Amino acid sequence: MNIKKTSLNNLHIKYGAKLVEFAGYQMPIQYKDGIIQEHKYTRSHSGIFDVSHMGQLFISGGDDLTNDLEKIFPADLKKLKTNQSKYSFLMNNKGGIQDDLIITKTSDGFLIILNAACKYNDYEVIKSKLDNQYKLNLVESLSLIALQGPEAKNVLNKVIPGCDSLKFMNGNNHVYKNEKVYITRSGYTGEDGFEISIKNSDAETFVESLIENGSKLIGLGARDTLRMEAGLCLYGNDLDNDTSPIEANLKWAIPKSRIETEFVGSEVLKNQFQSGVKKLRVGIKPDSKVIARGNTKIYNDKNQEIGKVTSGTFGPSVEHPIAMGYVDNSYSTVNTKIFLEVRGKKIPANICNLPFYKKNYVKGEINV
Amino acid sequence: MSEVKYSKEHEWIKLDGEEATIGITKHATEMLGDIVFAELPEKGSNVDKDGTAGVVESTKAASDVYTPVSGEVIDTNQMIVDDPSKINEDPEESAWFFKLKIKDKSEMDSLMSKEEYEKFAKETSA
Repeated sequence: MNIKKTSLNNLHIKYGAKLVEFAGYQMPIQYKDGIIQEHKYTRSHSGIFDVSHMGQLFISGGDDLTNDLEKIFPADLKKLKTNQSKYSFLMNNKGGIQDDLIITKTSDGFLIILNAACKYNDYEVIKSKLDNQYKLNLVESLSLIALQGPEAKNVLNKVIPGCDSLKFMNGNNHVYKNEKVYITRSGYTGEDGFEISIKNSDAETFVESLIENGSKLIGLGARDTLRMEAGLCLYGNDLDNDTSPIEANLKWAIPKSRIETEFVGSEVLKNQFQSGVKKLRVGIKPDSKVIARGNTKIYNDKNQEIGKVTSGTFGPSVEHPIAMGYVDNSYSTVNTKIFLEVRGKKIPANICNLPFYKKNYVKGEINV
Repeated sequence: MSEVKYSKEHEWIKLDGEEATIGITKHATEMLGDIVFAELPEKGSNVDKDGTAGVVESTKAASDVYTPVSGEVIDTNQMIVDDPSKINEDPEESAWFFKLKIKDKSEMDSLMSKEEYEKFAKETSA
């Protein structure tokens, strides 16, 4: 398979990116400053992320579209106002997560942002579940740029005036160089920020103008440490086909109004809502400086295996190792003592609240 | 006079009489990125040539640190455990990892000179 390049590939090289393959695309893992500096710059100022590898799926056509999409997604799409966004899931019949995604209602249908590694499969699944009745367009002509951080609104407002009036999880059409761009206020870092859907041919000059206004390009490495500090899941690590949204501790994303209704996986979810789950995603804080990565086994104080870590790193802003993973539900209470098996040693750790890093919009509050 | 040599695992070793000081090369730190964790061997323990004698972790991944020669660990550098970012700042001087009482000086013979290592590092990272 040929490795794909985003419209910002030349810009990544110009700014000294170390490029890696990710989900079939050549993507920047970091630039010259390195992951820690990039992470901290996003938290203190603003960072630009090329997320053009993610899928932008537009669905339109037909009066029954909202009804039919509600048979697939457990979101309250009927109540969604135009330009409003919701976090939701594409599930299998067992309630396992095939992808986690953001659905936005547009003027003539819906826009769904999909994970890069899942997007082609998602497209086929959604198309077949909709019985080919609607127009589905997984666009390749648009880039997706995320701008994140406390200064994001000021930087973006200089390039596209008026975008700072957007509310969180809302979007709108704006104009850049006489072309339409679609901007949502959302992100994946725990910071205020935006995602800008823009024509491939305009993406490079747009990003250069963000850089001229003080922002910096940030790689996938810092994107990962930022999302982990914010307690956010990465599909393929923390979420997969064998894990339900309830087990993933994402119950908040399933509105009460939908629990009794039918959608793919609804039987299993309804049952889990009533009877509870065996495993649950939790935050994990090691006592020492040892880092527990994904697949690290978790034990109780009787040396019995009770789960495993799904993501773990050193949190540059909390200045401590952080992890998340799944444990047997009886060990999921905050402050439960657990042990992580790292290089043959059992490292003491505690179950803790997520997120590790919480923004209070005045200053960063550290939860570790 | 001290002798400095390099290993294929990107460690440097400086030998002063019986005392060998070991650390990782600048090239290694550039490949690893920001180092956020370091684990060192225990003082008084014995380590064997090419065996694991520590761990460094960046935000991305963990890597073993090997000892290029055998010997008894006589000192370790607590500074890099307390502040692993020092390894990125000054890897070939103040951010050494451990000191050994060398067991067999002939083990130095198979290691690379500075010029040989620089050529090796350039070829392997290309």
